[in-house]
Amino acid sequence: MNIIVMIKQVPDTSEVRISRETNTLIRDGVPSIINPYDMYAIEEAIRLREQHGGTVTAVTMGPPQATDALKHAVSMGVDNVVLLSDRAFAGADTWATSYALAKGIQKIGPFDLVIAGKQAIDGDTAQVGPETADMLGIPFVAYIRKIEKVEPGMMVVERLMDEGYDVVETTLPALITVVKEINQPRLPSLKGKMKAKNISVTTLTAVDLTADENKLGLKGSPTQVVKIFPPTPRGDREMLSGTIGEQLDTVAKKLKKQAII
Amino acid sequence: MDYMLTEEQIMIRDLARQVAEEKIVPVRAELDEQNKFPTDIMKAMGQADLMGLFIPEEYGGLGKKVLELCIAVEEISKACVGVSTSYAANALGTYPLLLYGTDEQKKKYLPDIATGKRLVAFGLTEANAGSDASGIQTTAKLDGNEYVLNGTKQWITNGIEAEIYTIVALTNRSKGPRGASAFVVEKGTPGFTFGKKENKMGIRASSTTELIFSDCRIPKENLIAKEGMGFIIAMKTLDSSRIGVGAQGVGVAQGAIDESIRFAKGRIQFGQPVTSFQAVQHILADMQTQTEAARALVYSVARAMDSGAKDFSRASAMAKLFATDTAMKVTTDAVQVMGGSGYMKEYPVEKMMRDAKILQIYEGTNQIQRNVIALDMIREVSRQK
Repeated sequence: MNIIVMIKQVPDTSEVRISRETNTLIRDGVPSIINPYDMYAIEEAIRLREQHGGTVTAVTMGPPQATDALKHAVSMGVDNVVLLSDRAFAGADTWATSYALAKGIQKIGPFDLVIAGKQAIDGDTAQVGPETADMLGIPFVAYIRKIEKVEPGMMVVERLMDEGYDVVETTLPALITVVKEINQPRLPSLKGKMKAKNISVTTLTAVDLTADENKLGLKGSPTQVVKIFPPTPRGDREMLSGTIGEQLDTVAKKLKKQAII
Repeated sequence: MDYMLTEEQIMIRDLARQVAEEKIVPVRAELDEQNKFPTDIMKAMGQADLMGLFIPEEYGGLGKKVLELCIAVEEISKACVGVSTSYAANALGTYPLLLYGTDEQKKKYLPDIATGKRLVAFGLTEANAGSDASGIQTTAKLDGNEYVLNGTKQWITNGIEAEIYTIVALTNRSKGPRGASAFVVEKGTPGFTFGKKENKMGIRASSTTELIFSDCRIPKENLIAKEGMGFIIAMKTLDSSRIGVGAQGVGVAQGAIDESIRFAKGRIQFGQPVTSFQAVQHILADMQTQTEAARALVYSVARAMDSGAKDFSRASAMAKLFATDTAMKVTTDAVQVMGGSGYMKEYPVEKMMRDAKILQIYEGTNQIQRNVIALDMIREVSRQK
């Protein structure tokens, strides 16, 4: 079973700050991590390989430093990694990103399954998975919490819904996005870390992908960013805990203290 | 202090630290409270290749040496000595095979040990054979193509959790210690059962049980080396593993320092953090100085062993003795620095203090270590005359 995992390198959002002058993210000094949802995708791909054999290839689109994310994937047990990196990809929205990824996946070669996290924690759109599947012309199932069965040419999965779950049968190749309920991502292994240290990462450019330049990057992005602004900071807040009764007591005490009631 | 570790050693340290912080710290209090074996953590360590660190590459391990194992043990001990005892006991149980096993025996057992698929336990101690290991009474009698084991091993770490056991038993009672032999016994062998599970003061995440052999028949091929080698195998095993107990001491001491200084910095008394008082500063300074000295000793003995030093009994005894006495003192001081909070189960230092105590006792009490050191010193002087 040949599996491709789509991953994204994102800033660790627990440490993100917004510049007051430019209204953009301050990336300096903020550690980059693999999008946490993609970690579940990597883990699931490795588990499927352990059961069914084959290879796992991780692909990402990003600047050269996205190599670190790919190397981390190798330290967890991913076999091959591909970086899509080119100035022409810069400024891509989800549509142009999906176009490049679909092109990259076609370039990697025959595959049975593509897995990605349900969304990235920076953009939070959850669009790249379905758009890529559409461009590849393969079935797509979102929010997978369990892979029940894999057989040649088909698989049965559980899709997490607001109330309960759906059991979905799909033909393969397919693209699925996974939720955190699906597994517990493993830690890197020493052998994996040693392999990651020495692995040479294949980098593909727009030319390598034989991509239509008009569909790439900012030029290929139908989304227009009109304005970026941080939400107005809210005043001091306090989260109460305990039973409803205890919380109400606290509220009453605080209101009395401020002589409101 | 910079110990000039190689890039690979730093990689091992960082990975062991990640396991400790992500997998052990969040559950250590619960494991301690519930006397629960860390099955999931051992699996995670297997997956991370830490179980096979010291096993040669040809048997599926990483082929690393004593210093690398000590570095991993230290990091795990920083988080929980109960877990590190289970981890280190696995190495202890493996050494007889590693040092004296045939290629066939190694091929049969080491790959599963390297991946963490099967855990190992070392069975030497008995009710009447603690510090005086020559007092063992378990027997192994050759009967056709099988050895028949009878007797009870006591306080065996990884007891019921292991699947492979290296056992020392008497094949010839009349020869005393020279009549002892070492064997591999697999879980599930008829006549091999488990007795009492101990309820301990500390290292409660580790499992300590009795092993009971009652007409337990094992194939002749399960003998390690030759008959009569049992005692030598046991001593060489303990010689090799003792340094790991030193590394546990360094780890738990450092863990206690890290906890107590963080707490003390935030603890305000008399209008200022308690770290601004010299009384506290001096305790902290002594804690770190002693721990650093212990680490330097453990690392340098490990390096000597890795460079092929032949006779390291005295050195490894000194490292075990000093590092574990230091651990007891430093963890006790950490509780003191944190005052009432340190005594409460809400913070991990009281557990560290309880855990540290065993390090002065197991794998040769610190009194036995002093015997080893003194006798070796005296022997050296005698040789010079």
